Amino acid sequence: MDELSDLYAEVIMDHQRHPRNFGKLENFDREIQMTNSSCGDQISLQIKFENEKIKDLKFTGMGCAISMASASVMTEVMKGLSVKEAKHFCDEFLEMIREGKVPADDLKDAKVFSNIHKYPMRIKCATLAWHALQKAIE
Amino acid sequence: MKKDFPILSTVLPNGKKLVYLDNAATTQKPLSVIERISHFYKSENANVSRSAHYLGEQTTVSYNNARKAVAKFINADEDEVIFTSGTTESINMIAYGWGDPNVSEDDEIIVMTSEHHSDFVPWQQLAMRKKCKFKVVPLNIDGTINMVEFKKSITSKTKIVACARMTNSFGIINPVEEISKTVHENGAILVVDGAQSVPSMPTDVKNMDADFLSFSGHKMLGPMGIGVLYAKKDMLESLKPFLTGGGMIDEVKDESTTFACAPDRYEAGTPNVEGAIGLASAIEYLDEIGMENILEHERSLFEYAYSKLKSVDRVTLYGPKEIEKRAGIVTFNIKGIHPHDVAAVLDSNGIAIRSGHHCAQPILRALKVDFMATARASFYIYNDKSDVDALVDAIEDAKRRF
Ligand SMILES: Cc1ncc(COP(=O)(O)O)c(C=O)c1O
Repeated sequence: MDELSDLYAEVIMDHQRHPRNFGKLENFDREIQMTNSSCGDQISLQIKFENEKIKDLKFTGMGCAISMASASVMTEVMKGLSVKEAKHFCDEFLEMIREGKVPADDLKDAKVFSNIHKYPMRIKCATLAWHALQKAIE
Repeated sequence: MKKDFPILSTVLPNGKKLVYLDNAATTQKPLSVIERISHFYKSENANVSRSAHYLGEQTTVSYNNARKAVAKFINADEDEVIFTSGTTESINMIAYGWGDPNVSEDDEIIVMTSEHHSDFVPWQQLAMRKKCKFKVVPLNIDGTINMVEFKKSITSKTKIVACARMTNSFGIINPVEEISKTVHENGAILVVDGAQSVPSMPTDVKNMDADFLSFSGHKMLGPMGIGVLYAKKDMLESLKPFLTGGGMIDEVKDESTTFACAPDRYEAGTPNVEGAIGLASAIEYLDEIGMENILEHERSLFEYAYSKLKSVDRVTLYGPKEIEKRAGIVTFNIKGIHPHDVAAVLDSNGIAIRSGHHCAQPILRALKVDFMATARASFYIYNDKSDVDALVDAIEDAKRRF
């Protein structure tokens, strides 16, 4: 196995090739735009809430494989969760990226980003979508 | 030549040999510069121009000699050479020290769309402080300055024109001599950003007739944290000191202070002596090669890279094709791969390049560059054709993976 697959795990490559929940929602309650000024990654995230839950969410954006795959994974993990659960997942994800903390089981596919903490230049890419979500549900 | 640069024999943890192609960001240092700095701390270190003892004299002599070396290198007089921490500080010294006292609401400031943020934001902020007009000159589609538009935008109200002699985004050499003529005919001053040009081609401040010129030591084999502000003698009257304090005074009384003459007046506090000496040592190394030869070498690598890459599928090259407008910077994108991912694949092949907006968002926005970012390989004296070959191979690897 070559060392690049440490960064670009198969799951990440799959999400960047086929991003899930990519596009616009017809009706939504919240829209957040965010950019990562150090490298220009951009994301726009739309969310539809129902009964304190994330009923649906979609994103559009432009950026590197890490930032786009991370956004795709985030939308998959978050769909259907309560706002409270979503906050908890966000915190866990951000802690995993920053501290390299062993991820909890419930992070699902998002665990493939656990290596990113070894690549300080890519942390902002991997966390952009999650920061956008955090802002949307704060 | 590579053997003069210890860091260039680095082997990455994955066993790949380092190929350093990020020279527009910063250059590596030859052993002679490293040892010169080490010698300073081993046998010369004292404070400068203050301490009347053996070491104080050694330091002062070395510091003054460094200034002489810089002056000679750019064909300036010694007292026109002010040491700063780098290009960014030099430009801010002009914006605050000359701009604030001399620009007023009715004036205009002109910059080019292709300026580095360090030669853009200080002028934009000065214009905002003064509530004066801030004009950004549009580019041609190849990224060169649209000279017709430039000549249209300059008026008798223009006070300052800021322009890089060589851009860091695409490595374009701008016609500063021509710009300088127009600027002075209109009674404005020309501020030249030499951060990229001074390391890569001969510099003669009298020939280009710049009123100010800024550059950084770290992009020309010298240490980080040292740079130069050249200020034409006529400008020294109207350039106010930006920092005040020790070392820049003539006489201090309770109620007022008179300042020392240039350049001391602009160097408040203990200067970066190590940096100045290191820069002088770097200049010695560059002079031995000859600045004409450096430009020719960079161009030959550019032409070699350009000829190889122009036929590579999915690769877009930015900037003009005419070699006389270029130096050793190749800016490119690979269709469908974000430049950050390109840089990561290249890195796994041992190749260091830069990716991102290169502190030059206005030009990328103006030219509608994909991703608002590019990959950039930049060559310097120690690079050779085998480095270009490695780059081209690694680009093929990136295409296979994405
Ligand atoms: C054209 C240009 N101007 C200004 C700068 C800023 O130089 P420094 O970061 O050394 O102050 C750079 C370097 O990135 C540059 O390439």
